[in-house]
Amino acid sequence: MNKNRNRFLYSTVPSLIAILAGLVFGAILMLIVCLMDKNITLGGFWDGARLLIIGFLSKGRDELGNLMFGYNGTHLGNMLFKATPLIMTGLSVAAAFKAGLFNIGAPGQYLMGLTASIVIALAIPSASVPAGLILVLALLGGMVAGAVWGMIPGALKAYLNVNEVITCILTNWIAANLSTLIFEGSAFINNTEPGKSGFLYKTAANGVELPKALLDKVFPGSQVNSGIIIAVILAVIMYFVISKSICGFEMRLCGSNREAARYCGINENANIIMSMAIAGALAGIGAALYTLSGNTEFAWSTYQKLPQVGFNGIPVALLGCLNPIGVIFTGMFMSALEINGQQIANLTAYNEYITSIIIGVIVYLSAFTKYIRGVMMHRRKKGGTKK
Amino acid sequence: MTFLIQQTVTYALPLMIVALAGVFSERSGTINLALEGIMIIGAYIGVLFVRGMEGTVWIRLALAEQSYLSFQLLEIAAMLVAACAGAVFSLLLTLAAIRFKSDQTITGTALNLIAPAFTVFGILLLTNQTTLTLQNIDTSAMFILKKSTWGLDRSADMGWLGNLLFNKTYLATYISLILYAVLAILLYKTKFGLRLRACGENPEAADSLGVNVNKMRLAGITISGAVAGMGGFIYALTTAGCTANGDVAGFGFLAMAVMIFGNWNPGTIVWASLIFGFFKCIAACYFTLDLNGDSVYALANLGISANIYRMLPFVVTLIVLAFTSKKSRAPKAAGKPFEYMSDV
Repeated sequence: MNKNRNRFLYSTVPSLIAILAGLVFGAILMLIVCLMDKNITLGGFWDGARLLIIGFLSKGRDELGNLMFGYNGTHLGNMLFKATPLIMTGLSVAAAFKAGLFNIGAPGQYLMGLTASIVIALAIPSASVPAGLILVLALLGGMVAGAVWGMIPGALKAYLNVNEVITCILTNWIAANLSTLIFEGSAFINNTEPGKSGFLYKTAANGVELPKALLDKVFPGSQVNSGIIIAVILAVIMYFVISKSICGFEMRLCGSNREAARYCGINENANIIMSMAIAGALAGIGAALYTLSGNTEFAWSTYQKLPQVGFNGIPVALLGCLNPIGVIFTGMFMSALEINGQQIANLTAYNEYITSIIIGVIVYLSAFTKYIRGVMMHRRKKGGTKK
Repeated sequence: MTFLIQQTVTYALPLMIVALAGVFSERSGTINLALEGIMIIGAYIGVLFVRGMEGTVWIRLALAEQSYLSFQLLEIAAMLVAACAGAVFSLLLTLAAIRFKSDQTITGTALNLIAPAFTVFGILLLTNQTTLTLQNIDTSAMFILKKSTWGLDRSADMGWLGNLLFNKTYLATYISLILYAVLAILLYKTKFGLRLRACGENPEAADSLGVNVNKMRLAGITISGAVAGMGGFIYALTTAGCTANGDVAGFGFLAMAVMIFGNWNPGTIVWASLIFGFFKCIAACYFTLDLNGDSVYALANLGISANIYRMLPFVVTLIVLAFTSKKSRAPKAAGKPFEYMSDV
């Protein structure tokens, strides 16, 4: 019991220290900018700093221009909605990390999942096939497309020993061009609104959308839907798969000591491919859950830009200590920060990129976890001898 | 043809020099995943420096007099400033990876997150736009070597070679080629280079012979940062018209691919980056490509989607990697923090 508590402390405390230090760094940076920029008053800084921490509770400004805070269903609901793909890409990166692979290919897997699920959701007419069935097919399609895209670096790593970081980067850009190729000139482009041909139809146009599951009553005015529930369930399933199942044990063994795994008779190559396929599938489901909300518009000409949510899966996974349950919380934390950033941009003279800096700083500090853990253990040992 | 060669070199050069930056870091034993971030910082600070200098009397006078020499000096100064910025930024990697023995992949990722965020944050505060442009559009044109730079008339004939080398090219290209050669010699033909490589192959052995491993790694990362920062500015100068927007189109990551593809070897990296640059160039300008001057755009007439061409560099690299990877060999100790025997 005590041992479990210690393990919990050793893994969460360094992450919490990193998050706290990152937020403090952000506030200090805002103060420095405030002192250097004549347009920003100290009051403006104070508003910004408050929004940085609890921007998702902001209710705008009152007549006197003071910030108001309180329960804001729209922000909280959108926070959960944006957390959905982040949790999934976070799980994707975490699963691959457990198997000793660095999945920087989540953006490509996400993009392929997105492409597949949009194509399925829009191409099958809901007049002849029930919308519920299309929804399930689109989800599965996104999952399979992501898995296939994840398997490419996996197979190259397993059979030809190509560094997975490089193949992931290359397949990301191939996915970006492939997605544009599929949508360019297709019937999925929304031409109904003049001057807005850069987007595809929403899947709701075909009647395909995830059920709201009463969440729209709790968080009125937001985009939240049952996707977040599915993401949380999948995270819990992944927790059991990784830490309790044989397959998860083999993955972890391959990750921590490849030679030992081979000695134990584990098929190392199959394991690498499977781990990457699982990682890709998770990212693909994340994309499907996001796009099948029915309300999101996808800018199809994506060949120059990879989806940021794929890259953000890396910090989500790392901050969550690669633990699927931790990933649920860090995913929500990251999307809360994103909402805070939007509030900062809307209500103050600062811009939303301050939160991106903070995320970077937090990940940077989270790399020190080993050191902080060492310090913690050292102190505990010292305390023990005194007694 | 001239156009094709020049454009290929334009795309290949930042890749080549940043890949060499990666070699310096990895050969000394540290994986530098932050090349992309360092490039972004270098591009940002370099452009910011040029923009700041535009306001000075010296540059204003030079622009009025069309003094090309002043602008070439400004270009060199901006390259140096970008190199310093990259070196300073890379100290963050040194601090985490060497002092605190962090996971180098995570630290590199963090720096890749910080660099674009910091850049766009700064640009937005300064200009209220997400792209940092120069104040005067003529400035970026003054950096290009062209006929008027050499005091020649517009109709003058420079000859095929003269045209290839000195018309519509950048001084930065030649400086970085020289730098590339110097750095490759430094790495392979000097005592310093030998020690540096030893730290990436067998740090314990190097340590036992009195080489300070962590200092060598600090040197490796700092050189890597300086070169990558300079590469970032060269990218911004030659392919983005001297603007910065917190994005280098994944060139830092591609440089890593070129480094591995080039087997951590400066000689092979030249070929690897040229192949990649060639396909990148075809993707960027296949529709105006006229190989034999008969005004027939052969590639455009094939009717293949632009997306296929844009995919080519990545697909080709992937295929070549798949075929050559069995032979490729990374520095043995890259990515492993060095522990002194007394610490263990």
